[in-house]
Amino acid sequence: MSAQTLNVPGTPTPIPVDPQAQDKDDKFYYATQWNLIWWKFKRHKLAIISVFFLALLYLSAIFAEFVTPYNVATRFEGQQQGPPTPIRFIHQGSLRGPFIYAVKRKADPKTFKFIFTPDETKPIPIQFFSQGDPYKLLGLFPSSLHLFSTGVGKTAPPVFLFGTDRLGRDIFSRTIHGARISLAIPLVGVALSFLIGVVLGGLSGYFGGVVDEIVQRLIDFLSAIPQLPLWIALSAALPRDWSTEKTFFAITILLSIIGWTGLARVVRGKLLQLREEDYALAAQAAGAGQWRIILKHLLPGFTSHLIVSITNGIPAGILAETSLSFIGVGMQPPAVSWGVLLQDAQNLVSVAQQPWQLIPGLFVIATGLLFSFVGDGLRDAADPYTR
Amino acid sequence: MLAFIIRRVITLVPILILISIVSFAVIELPPGDWVSFRIESLRQSGLQVGEDEIYRLTSQYGLDKPAYVRYVSWVTNMLQGDFGYSFQWNEPVNKILAERVPRTMAISLMSLVLAWIISTPIGIISAVKQYSAIDYASTFLSFIGLATPGFLLALILAYFSITVIGFSPLGLFSQQYLDAPFSLAKLLDLGKHLVLPLLIVGLTGTGVAIRVLRANLLDELKKQYVVTARAKGLSEYQVLMRYPVRMAINPLISTIGFVLPGLVGGEVVVSIVLSLETTGPVLLRAVQSQDLYLAGGIVMMLSTLTVIGTLLSDIALAALDPRIRFGGVRK
Repeated sequence: MSAQTLNVPGTPTPIPVDPQAQDKDDKFYYATQWNLIWWKFKRHKLAIISVFFLALLYLSAIFAEFVTPYNVATRFEGQQQGPPTPIRFIHQGSLRGPFIYAVKRKADPKTFKFIFTPDETKPIPIQFFSQGDPYKLLGLFPSSLHLFSTGVGKTAPPVFLFGTDRLGRDIFSRTIHGARISLAIPLVGVALSFLIGVVLGGLSGYFGGVVDEIVQRLIDFLSAIPQLPLWIALSAALPRDWSTEKTFFAITILLSIIGWTGLARVVRGKLLQLREEDYALAAQAAGAGQWRIILKHLLPGFTSHLIVSITNGIPAGILAETSLSFIGVGMQPPAVSWGVLLQDAQNLVSVAQQPWQLIPGLFVIATGLLFSFVGDGLRDAADPYTR
Repeated sequence: MLAFIIRRVITLVPILILISIVSFAVIELPPGDWVSFRIESLRQSGLQVGEDEIYRLTSQYGLDKPAYVRYVSWVTNMLQGDFGYSFQWNEPVNKILAERVPRTMAISLMSLVLAWIISTPIGIISAVKQYSAIDYASTFLSFIGLATPGFLLALILAYFSITVIGFSPLGLFSQQYLDAPFSLAKLLDLGKHLVLPLLIVGLTGTGVAIRVLRANLLDELKKQYVVTARAKGLSEYQVLMRYPVRMAINPLISTIGFVLPGLVGGEVVVSIVLSLETTGPVLLRAVQSQDLYLAGGIVMMLSTLTVIGTLLSDIALAALDPRIRFGGVRK
């Protein structure tokens, strides 16, 4: 961090460095814990940028129908396995708004590979907020407004930002739609892990003794075995003909069965540590009940650590869902998730010819990275009194 | 030391029992039972299956008995080396396991070693030159290692291998060496095919190892003995290598415990993408065709070996660090 970021006027320095600076920062002493965490988190620029992009990603997933030009199942005849459409700004030497050229597909008579040639005589402008495939926004409001497209109906040459798959479907639209399942599964899975982890970790830390021993052995066991082979094997128990929703929940349950251990460790460790603090003893002496002590006095001491653990659990969930769906034992088509989209890339020969099929994979990596950066920033901020 | 080893081996027992229960669940959970699949597949191949044959199979696999009896007989058979029968391969499961499981474990362990070889210098440099460009680059690299699923990396690297180098990394051997007798050329070919899997499987471990080594070394460098060593006039290289690095490397061994399961799991998925002849493709096909004694056997063997690997790393750590041996600090 450069010194510049520390001296921005109006930004209180959370850590008093020298006595002179302290007088200026009375605010620091009256600040709540959450204020302190926020001030410290704000200084972690990478984390702030990551939060912004994650928010953007989740928003586009929620409003996927509006953001994307086509529906997930819309097929374009004669456009199968097409490369991404370049967005152009210069037509015959003159600058103009974003446009595309219509693309014609022809099979090479010798290699039987498809050749896509743009028709450079006629620019087709990209229209913003235009009409297109009808849909229901959030499943409630019928609409046919799209953020961008090249016009209504099949007559206008389509725009494919990420190219098309072997059935002629727009990979961009499918990637954004697929984000719904791929981004929701880790959230639901982590929420479930959170529940199991807090309950078991809490019991283990609070009661100790035999309960503690059993929970600890269970955690040892779950973290000592290779998870992916176990998931693959257990997925044999998922019937193939289950609906998308059922498979979705089955997978989140599979994820959280193993994912809770990290959280349980944090809860147990912190409970054991905080139970010994003077203020816990003071509360006890003042006659507070057990639950009041746990909820009112101990819990606030480690909520920030819980949030860090949760954030760090999410990338693992994304990786697990994508891996399982990719090898064909997780989500199944027609459901769309990033893992399902990558199933098309299983054939290495087709990847070599149509590398754009890997684009959903870039989303997987990017999302994992963004969550890691946020987690990193949160970890630094979680304990505002240290350093 | 002996007492420590005995204590650790005893804690292994409940874990092994849990592993066997979970592996048994893999065999039992899916709807339908193994015998009806077997009969179905026999019928599909045109064989007549009579009532007495069904009865024979049912009692052979104990399907007429309650689940816990089946579990006990499965475990006792397994202890005698009988993992059941794979109808898909028409072979006893232990034969397939004996061929495939050692390969998965070998690739996982070799990736672990590779991960150390890569991460040790990077970890040391990024701790010594904290907040330098190398430090940021290595942090970024380890984040990518943690955020990229192995199968995706396998896909991307295989793509570049095919398009740029023109080498197809699929399988463990090239076509012409598949049935060839052992020779130097065959070994070389195997080596070429192993580069990609080792790199991919190792990357996750590399990310973790860099983070751990860097954090530990940063802690050690702050300690007073480093200042003392420097004050006594040791060269900067000696100051670093004599004590802090040796201290910081110790915890790397203890990370085996939580890195190894990930590596084994990663190997399984990567081998599916690159169709390596290890456990991955076998497990996937076994799951898809409900060949569940095979699937359960693979989970059982991989988990058991991983847990034993962790145990060995614990013992090695105790041998290196007397504080652990005498119960001063836990892990």
